[in-house]
Order: sequence, then C-alpha cells, then structure tokens
Amino acid sequence: MSVISPVRVRQLLKKELRQIFRDPRMQRIVFIAPVIQLVAFGYAVNTDIKNTKTFVIDHDGSAASRELLEVVEATGYFRIVGRSQRPADLVRALDYGKAEVGIEIPAAFSEDLASGRGARVQVILDGTNSNTATVAQGYLASIVQGYALDRAAAAGAFPGGGVDARIRAWYNPDLESRTYNVPGVIGTLILLMSLLLTSLSVVREREMGTLDQLAVSPLSAAELMLGKTVPTALVAFIDLFLVIALAILWFHIPMRGSFLDLLPAAVLYILCGLAFGLLISSISRTQQEAFMTMFFVLMPAIILSGFFYPISSMPEVFQWITVLNPLRHFLEIVRAIFLKGAGIADLWFQYAALTVMAIGATWLAIVRFRHSMMI
Amino acid sequence: MNPARLWAMARKEAIQLRRDPRSLAMAFLLPVALLLFFGYAISYDINNIELAVLDGSNSERSRALVDAFESSGYFDIIERPARYDDADDLLQSGKVRVVLVIPPSFDRDLSAGREAAIQLLLDGSDANTATIAQNYAAAIIIRYSSDVLLKARRFVLPVQAETRVWYNETLESRNMIVPGLVAVIMSIIAAMLTALTIAREWERGSMEQLAATPVHRLEVVIGKLLPYVGIGLFDVALAIVAGLLIFGVPLRGNILLLTGLTLLFLIGALSFGMFISAAVKSQVLASQFAVISTFLPAILLSGFIFSISTMPVALQVITYAVPARYYVSVTKGIFLKGVGPGVLWVQGLAMIIFAAAGLTLAIRSFRKELE
Repeated sequence: MSVISPVRVRQLLKKELRQIFRDPRMQRIVFIAPVIQLVAFGYAVNTDIKNTKTFVIDHDGSAASRELLEVVEATGYFRIVGRSQRPADLVRALDYGKAEVGIEIPAAFSEDLASGRGARVQVILDGTNSNTATVAQGYLASIVQGYALDRAAAAGAFPGGGVDARIRAWYNPDLESRTYNVPGVIGTLILLMSLLLTSLSVVREREMGTLDQLAVSPLSAAELMLGKTVPTALVAFIDLFLVIALAILWFHIPMRGSFLDLLPAAVLYILCGLAFGLLISSISRTQQEAFMTMFFVLMPAIILSGFFYPISSMPEVFQWITVLNPLRHFLEIVRAIFLKGAGIADLWFQYAALTVMAIGATWLAIVRFRHSMMI
Repeated sequence: MNPARLWAMARKEAIQLRRDPRSLAMAFLLPVALLLFFGYAISYDINNIELAVLDGSNSERSRALVDAFESSGYFDIIERPARYDDADDLLQSGKVRVVLVIPPSFDRDLSAGREAAIQLLLDGSDANTATIAQNYAAAIIIRYSSDVLLKARRFVLPVQAETRVWYNETLESRNMIVPGLVAVIMSIIAAMLTALTIAREWERGSMEQLAATPVHRLEVVIGKLLPYVGIGLFDVALAIVAGLLIFGVPLRGNILLLTGLTLLFLIGALSFGMFISAAVKSQVLASQFAVISTFLPAILLSGFIFSISTMPVALQVITYAVPARYYVSVTKGIFLKGVGPGVLWVQGLAMIIFAAAGLTLAIRSFRKELE
C-alpha cells in the first residue's frame, strides 16, 4: 500500500493548481462559464405551453366564431399570429414554422351553432414537435368543449351540473417547468466540469512524456491521484455553490429542505464524476480519445437522467440502465430536497446508489490509474 | 492554393488519424451508436402515469369515471388508499404522481343535477409530466362530464373540435426525436473532431515541422479539414440509413438537398472547431471551449428539446448564433415536412454565413510563426 506524505501532497497540489490556473483563460472558463451557462440555460429550459403561435382561418367571420377565438386566446396558451381566408396560407405558416397550431372555422359554423345541429372546428397541429403538439391538443380540446358546455348552459339546454375537476399541483403549484428544470441544469454542469477537467489530466502527461517523470519520482500512486483530483474537486465544489446560490437568488427556486442533506449527495456525486474522469484518462492513449470517450459517457448520462425525458416512459431495459447513472440519482435528490423538502431518510435509495457507485468508480479508477503508472 | 500541396496536407492528416485507431473508430461509430441508443430509449409519449384513486362514493357512476381513467391507457391505478392522509404519503414518497379523489356526495350530486366536484392532486415537482397528466385527466373528465349531461338530456354538444396532426400524424415522438438528434449529435461531434487538431501539433512540437514546410496556411487549414468532412458525411449517411431502416422515420424531402445542406453545416462546424484549436493552442483548453460553445447550446438552444418561441427574447436572439438551430430545422423540415429550397433557403443562407465565418476565423487564427 502506498504511503501518503502530507508534505509531498502539498507540493504536488501546488504544482497541479499552478498548472491548471497558469492560463488566465482557464480561470475564466472554470468559474465564469458555469455561471453564464446556468443563467442562459435556466431561461431556455422552459416546457410551459404559453403563447403557442396559432394561425386562424375563419371562413365564417361571425360574432360566434370571433367569440370562440377570443376564448382560445384569453387562456394565454395560444397567441394568434396570423389570420387569413385561404387555407394555403395556413399550409405556408406551418411549413415555414411561423405557426405551430392552426384553427380552421368552417363557413357554416354560426349557422350550425344556431340550428343546434352541432358545429365543428378543425384544429391542425405541427407534429414535428410532438411534446408541444400533445399538450396544445389537450388544451384546445378542453377549451372548445368548455366553451360548448357554457353555450349550452347559457341557452338553457340544461341547468348546469356535470363534473367539475379541481386540480391542484403540490410542491410546484403553478407547474412552473423552470423550477423543475433548473436543478437539472445544475447537475449537468457539475458533471460536465468534473469529467472534463479530470478526463484529460493523466493522458496529457502521458502524451507529453511527463508521466514517466512522475512515475520515477518518489511520489506514490495515491499521492499522484490526490494531486490530480483534489484541485478539480475544489473547482467543482466552488462551481456547485455558485450555481446553487444563483438558482436560489436569481431564479427563485424554492429551497424547502436542508442544505446539510444535500451536501453528502454533492460529495458523492462529484466523487463519481472525478473517478469516471480519471478512469477515462487512465485508459486513453491520446487526449483526442479521452475527449471523445468523455462525450460518449456524458451524453447518455444527460439524456438518460430524467432531465428531459421521464424515466417511467422509457422501455424497461433502459429504466434499469438509468439505475447506474449518478446524474439520475443526484437529480432526484436535488429536486426532492429543493421542491419537496425531503431529507436523507426519504432518499435512502438514491443515497445508497450514489454511495455504491462512488465507491465502485473510485476503486476502478485506482486500479486503472496504478496500472497506467506502471507502463 | 496549390492542389498538390493541399492533397498532401489532407493525406498527412489522414495518416495521423489512422495512427490513433481508437479515436478514429469512435469518430465513425459514435454518432450511429448514440442514435440507436437514444432512438430506443427516449420518448415524449407519456403513459402509465402512476395514479392513486380514493373513491369515496363507490357508486356505479364513480366506477365509470375510474374506468374511463384506466381504459385511457395513460394512467395505471396502482393504489387505492382508504384515507385522504394516505394519498399525501403516496405523493410525498413519489409512489404515485396523481391522486384522484371522488367525494362521497359524487353520485348524489350528479343525480340531483348539481355540479359534482372531484379533486385531482398532482406531484408538481415533475412539472413536465404533471402538465401532461393534468391535460389527459382534464380531457377524460370533460368527456365523461359531457357524456353524463348528454345522456340525461339527449342533446348534441354545440361545438366539437376535430384535431388533425400534420407531418407526424400519430404524434410519434421517435419521428420527431431522430431527425433532431442526428443534427444535435453531429453539431457536437464536428467540433470535437477538429478542436484538438492544431493544438495537438503545438503540444507535440510537430508545428515546427509544419512551419518549415512551404505550405500556405490556407492549404493547411483546408487540407486538414478534408478528412474530417469525409468522416462527418459518412457519419450523417450512416445515421440517416439507421433512422430510415431501423426506426422507420419518413424521409419526405429531397435527399440531395439534405446532403448539400449537411455539407455546408459540416464545413462551418468543423472550421469552428479548428478555429478554437488554432486560437488556444492547448488541448485541455480547446476541449473546454469546444464543449462549452457547442455541447449544451446544441442540446438546449437548438429547439431540439425546448421550444425557442417560449424563451425570453434576449435568449431567442442568442439562438440565432447557434448553428445547430438551423441544422435541426433542416433535418426536421426535410425528413418530416418534406419542404424544399423555397422554405429552407433561410437556413441555407445562415449556414453559408457560418461556413464562411468559420473558415475565415480558422485561417486567420492559424499562425505558422513560432514564438
């Protein structure tokens, strides 16, 4: 077992820190870039359906058709961006992406409505963005049906009644998607930082030939590993505090739980990131290879984390794969602590999974790192 | 520019690429591997939402409503708690996402022609799923409600909406994801391929040899670019074949137009990577810049996942500077909408500007002088 001498480690840390921050561009990139990214992406990650661009073909042009359109627009979900009498204009608007929803009201609309035959309106959706289309479809159907029932009631067709659903969303009453997505950006940025900084660290020395110098120095493998990971861990923690502060102060994400419950998760999560990065660095022969391998790890980690796509809708095999994804567990922890005010006891599974992965990844990284020092 | 020297430069880069076989293999196989992986894994189609039902009425009518939820296919009834407090625990522990509460007075109210209130509790900590679940539930309830009313009154609903979906009739999310995913993956891969090339020459010291050879920097940059353009085109071709044959995504537009625009896009993205490489001269820094400037912007600001029209105006302006945005429109437009140059000329023009700017920046920042 290798020994760890505090003096040598301190010297090594000094060298590594100097190497990382020698370049002022590096300081900017590791501390300022995450802040800018969180602010920019915090605004981007919005899945609320508001002001969906809507194009209207109103063949009827009656008071009744205008009333229906006003009801549609008053909900705030739809914004009428264009009107025309010619269906060809609707085709153009959808082809060019100028509108995502089309509403076509037939000429017989008010007549059918008055005669009690039942009028029809046509709704056309741009299916290239099926998420928006699905949600918009549901809203429009509800709005039109609600309008129909109101009219029927007003005409005295029946004395009200029916079923009224009182819908309440817990933890996030306005169903603000940003509240849910900003923690996702935090997890992604931290993983990105810790993977990126470590994945090139060892392989760079190898490519430059300085790894041999380190191998013949009296430094033990354990000391070298500390030297490679502690500076990155520091950077990752500073970044984590910065982005969490920003999420709370700037985006007003509610923090209902305790920061102390979050801290162990952050330590384990960053450890996973560093260990994976070191592992990639130890098995790669060139920086190019390490860079691409890192991407091959990072991209599935993000896509299969439940950040964008709900895990419960994935095929079962992939649901099992996500259990091995540290980002998935960290996200669940961050969201639960922030939004639900959960504690470690509620999140024992996620904590256990992160612990197992952190230990496993660190062990693998140590084995491979030693191996790479010997050749 | 001398064609012979240009060719020699391209060959030199190709030979160097061959010497790193693992990176080369990844360059060829990574995009299609990711596409296959994600094509199977991800879906916007939300179904089997975990539902708990607290039926206080337990009447024929309330059971009909619960049946309507179950037969919709969107909800899975996994719990039937007896008390209201249990519902709270179920939401808190994340076991269910939605709780439907039917009060004891439900049947009585409906029989009397009064409005019967039911309650729907959603776990809002996953706002995306909650919004969609809310929608599904509201639609089911409203249909049930009008059925009850209509049955009682033998009445025709005055207005009905008929919905048609264009370009992606079944709202198959895979059709939407695959073309966009090709664009996003290629945006990132392209920058990764070239971001290290020139920095590598500086770090390894081979820049001195390059400086000593009588090649113009134009020839160096374009010569270096050529093998990567080849790799990029191969990647896109493979991804398209996989999309068509394995996922059955329709290709409604012109494949030549797609190839031409892809080529333009690749030239822009690859030269941008080379610009980073020539400007920072360090592989570690270049990798950082490449990831920050392409990775998350391509995923988050391209309109692939998050709709650009709902972003704040300032951010919408920024998206115009993200090349992936145009390429996502191109792949979605040609695959699903089948649109031609009449619609896509805007994107084509933007990509020409990017290609020209990328090449100019790469050539300008490439210096043969040694410090």
